[in-house]
Amino acid sequence: MIAIPLSHILILASILFVIGFIGVITRKNTLFILMSLEVMLNAVGVAFIGAGSAWQQADGQVMFILILTLAAAEVALGLALLIQMQRRFKSLDIDNLSKLKG
Amino acid sequence: MNDAMLPLITETVLACLPFYPLISFVLLISFGKHLSWRVAAGLSVGAMVFSALSSLFVIQQLSIDVPVITSHLWTWFTLAEEVNQTTTSINIKFYLDGLSAVMISVVTGIGLLIHIFAAAYMKEDENFSRFMAYMNLFIVAMLILVLADNLVLLYLGWEGVGLCSFLLIGFWYHEKANVMAARKAFIVTRVGDTAMAIGLFMLFKELGQLTIVDITQSAQTLWTTGDDKAYWIALLLLGGAVGKSAQLPLQTWLPDAMAGPTPVSALIHAATMVTAGVYLIARMNSVFLLAPQVMTYVAWLGAATLILAGIAALAQSDIKRVLAYSTMSQIGYMMLSLGAGAFSAGVFHLMTHAFFKALLFLTAGAIILALHHQQNLFKMGGLLKRLPFETALFAVGLVCLIALPGSSGFFSKEAIIAQLWSSNTAGPLLWTCAIFGALLTSIYSCRLFFLAFMGESRFEQSLQPSSSKLVKYSLIALAVLSLVGGMFGNIIETSLAQVFPLVTRSALNEPNWLHSVAIATPFVGIIFSWFYFASYRSKDSAGLNKNIFIESTSGLANFCRQGLGFDCLYHWLLVKPYCSLAKLNRRDIFDQLIMLNAWYVALLHDVLKSSQTGKLRWYAAAIGLATFLLLLVLSVDVISTEAS
Repeated sequence: MIAIPLSHILILASILFVIGFIGVITRKNTLFILMSLEVMLNAVGVAFIGAGSAWQQADGQVMFILILTLAAAEVALGLALLIQMQRRFKSLDIDNLSKLKG
Repeated sequence: MNDAMLPLITETVLACLPFYPLISFVLLISFGKHLSWRVAAGLSVGAMVFSALSSLFVIQQLSIDVPVITSHLWTWFTLAEEVNQTTTSINIKFYLDGLSAVMISVVTGIGLLIHIFAAAYMKEDENFSRFMAYMNLFIVAMLILVLADNLVLLYLGWEGVGLCSFLLIGFWYHEKANVMAARKAFIVTRVGDTAMAIGLFMLFKELGQLTIVDITQSAQTLWTTGDDKAYWIALLLLGGAVGKSAQLPLQTWLPDAMAGPTPVSALIHAATMVTAGVYLIARMNSVFLLAPQVMTYVAWLGAATLILAGIAALAQSDIKRVLAYSTMSQIGYMMLSLGAGAFSAGVFHLMTHAFFKALLFLTAGAIILALHHQQNLFKMGGLLKRLPFETALFAVGLVCLIALPGSSGFFSKEAIIAQLWSSNTAGPLLWTCAIFGALLTSIYSCRLFFLAFMGESRFEQSLQPSSSKLVKYSLIALAVLSLVGGMFGNIIETSLAQVFPLVTRSALNEPNWLHSVAIATPFVGIIFSWFYFASYRSKDSAGLNKNIFIESTSGLANFCRQGLGFDCLYHWLLVKPYCSLAKLNRRDIFDQLIMLNAWYVALLHDVLKSSQTGKLRWYAAAIGLATFLLLLVLSVDVISTEAS
């Protein structure tokens, strides 16, 4: 089995993270923002797994499971808010929710 | 009472003397609204009775053997003097000698009579208790002024009387003119007070003393006659005296001060406060005698004021303004006398003037009240028959003012005029001025009398003479004092002899017609005005005489009525430039500099506020950017440490 170098894994994680981040700041639809957030979380997960295998430690996988549960909880909350948002504003455009401006 | 106790009792009485009116003031100002007229009047007049009795008692204790009574209350503060490394303590300490005895007898005696009059005069006023409270406070300040042992305490009283003068001129503050007059009086006298304060600082710097007795001693040992420092200090003290006593060139506030209630004019602006300047110069005679040049200035100032005020009084149409100008000119006599070195004659005139001018003002007040607040002389006339009691009292006052033989004014004014000719610091020219002033005095007094009391009656409404017994008694008491006041001359002469040093004069070259001229002058004035103002006293009601009672608007008369243009001069010279400067700097430049800070903060606020858009994606982008920058900085740091 060919060992994948850590740097490759980290580059992949960075690319995924940046893609997710760009998705967060460019998308207007809140649903897509949530999906981009998932991509970012998974990018972090990839980085933890890669690091765990590189140092032969179980901590990386423990952290990934933690992130996974966190992501599940986050999605559950986020989707619930999404439904409320749709009900109240009849739109999912995040820019409409700008009442907290100074 | 055994003899050992007597000094102690005297001291205690002296210590308490100024504080009875203070208690009354505090009570009246705190609970005045709830007190009835009877209680408020009783309180304020009662306090004055206590003070008057105390001063009578302490003056009795003064004698040749006990020329000075002092009473030390407490030490106010201590001053360290740098040059000699010594400390001087400024005490609250009262000092009673012949001079302050004369002053406190005037202040408490006349003050008591005026308080009695005022209680009746102001009875209808809704702020009666406030009025009496201010009057009491004035008496406190005036007593502190004249009893002060040191110049700092004197200055406290000096400012206190200025404050009370301000409060009482503006007593009817609903009218703008009264408030303006009060403000003018305050500001103009403040000019003199500033000069006086600088004089006190110089005095302390040069002598290291502020106690009057010590100043007298060390001035005579340290300075010779004509010393430069004595000259400047005397000049600055003179500035204070000029402001307070309404002498040239700071005299403009006094005629306007007549806006106050008439008892105020009698108490403050005739009998007591305006003579504080005279008292100051008399008190500091040791310094003034070391500066003969300043003595000459004092004499000339007095002479100029008495003539100018006399001329201005000739053209006035308001009865109170005539009396105000007359007060100025009589204080001019006192100044002239002080300048000539005749201190005791000046102080004697101060006392007799307090008697008859208080009488004149209070009688004028009674007349004004009877005439429904009509003060215009041209609208009076014929009051001789309608108000015989007031007319008689006013005539008594005028006789004293003119100084007809036998009246109190005669003794004091003759005493002044007699010493002018051969004085070192005055001379024949000033004697002529004084005689001319006496002539003017008798002419404007006659004009006033003819206009108000003789001729046909020009006041159509029915009169409302006061029926109050208090008014009558206080006026009669003042009239008696005015008539017999001349008898106090010898007593005052002896008691003041210990206070003032003897000024040597050569009486050899005096022509022997001097006294005859001085005595004859008032009669010349009366005879002149009898004929010159014949139309004012004529009885015929023919229409052709009507027009003389319309105030003449000719240039000269108007000029004199305005007080010889001093108001106008100051308006153009000082008030206008100051106001335009103030207008120029309306938006205070230093204020703007300080507001720059606020402007800067507001700018930053606007910048930061614009970043708070409420748009979530922008916030996320900002977080990302910040993280990126942070990482960049960290990595640069890591790289640079690895490279080294």
